[in-house]
Amino acid sequence: MKALSVAVFFIAILSSAASFAARQSSYELMTPENQAMQDDPGSNPAQFWVMDGQSLWKQKAGKANVSCASCHGESGETMRGVAVQFPKMVRRKLRTLEGQINYCRTQRQGALALAYESKALLALSVFVATQSKGLPIAVEETPANRDSLSKGRQWFEMRMGQLNLSCAQCHEDRAGLKLGGSVIPQAHPTAYPIYRLEWQSLGSLERRLRNCMSGVRARQFDYGSPEMAQLELFLMWRARGMPLESPGVRP
Amino acid sequence: MSKTSRTSITMPTQAKKGSIIEIRAIAQHDMETGFRYTEGGKPIPRDIIRFFICQYNGVEVFKAELFPGTGANPMIIFSTIAAESGILQFEWQGDNGYEAVNQSQITVT
Repeated sequence: MKALSVAVFFIAILSSAASFAARQSSYELMTPENQAMQDDPGSNPAQFWVMDGQSLWKQKAGKANVSCASCHGESGETMRGVAVQFPKMVRRKLRTLEGQINYCRTQRQGALALAYESKALLALSVFVATQSKGLPIAVEETPANRDSLSKGRQWFEMRMGQLNLSCAQCHEDRAGLKLGGSVIPQAHPTAYPIYRLEWQSLGSLERRLRNCMSGVRARQFDYGSPEMAQLELFLMWRARGMPLESPGVRP
Repeated sequence: MSKTSRTSITMPTQAKKGSIIEIRAIAQHDMETGFRYTEGGKPIPRDIIRFFICQYNGVEVFKAELFPGTGANPMIIFSTIAAESGILQFEWQGDNGYEAVNQSQITVT
């Protein structure tokens, strides 16, 4: 009896470990060549954006004539551990990393907000994100973000578009199977902003999500919209504990 | 209007005389093909890197011509023979006066 209960206990541990280990970054689905491109700073094209971000970081802007570095320090190392917490609740509003950068720009620097997917915003967000490279994603459920998180889950599970598909139908139910010759990933946003070879550019998670929405012929969530932030929050919460790879390379 | 951009070179800093060394040269560039249109229907003019030249102590050892079919941020991987210690100079030239220069030192023993 005792042996049985011990066995049951171990099976329980093993199965919970298995479901945890079964989570997979889409890095694992890439060819060795593309993995090498991401791992080697000398060939990862996103490094150019990181360097651009570093110089923008020190550049004074706006009416206040201050730079990011004026408050957060020259090196950006103080931003270690920041990107893994976003999207997060700031003053009872859900804010993405890009949203936070634009908040700082408009409120602290007195400058104009940077356009989504502009080179400057991508450069700054990748510079901040890469400081947290290797750290586990730290988005947890809290009383403050509970509503947003459940909205995010709702978007994830909601069928949308003319093809009437939800995110979950592909990325949860059919992850690992094939769509048009490529393996369907589990949709863990572990490497954003990514250098996507198809885009020939760096791009944000929001751009990637809009890709899928246009793929199912749905009306895309707007850049910077609350819906987008809620969906991002849910995805980051779903990927909690997985190490951040930013800046990633994806085919 | 001349312009430039970031470049990066990956190659060994030391090599045995006569050995083959691999060089990776990457340049930040949009490589706008000239075949695309804006949302308003206006053609976007071509803006690409045209030439890449590598000089080893002043001697040209590698040259490439690039065309609109080349993707953004092109990386060129090639090899040369480590003949003598010195400087390898890399130069990219392109449309609208684009020019970028990078250098790397090698010690040959």
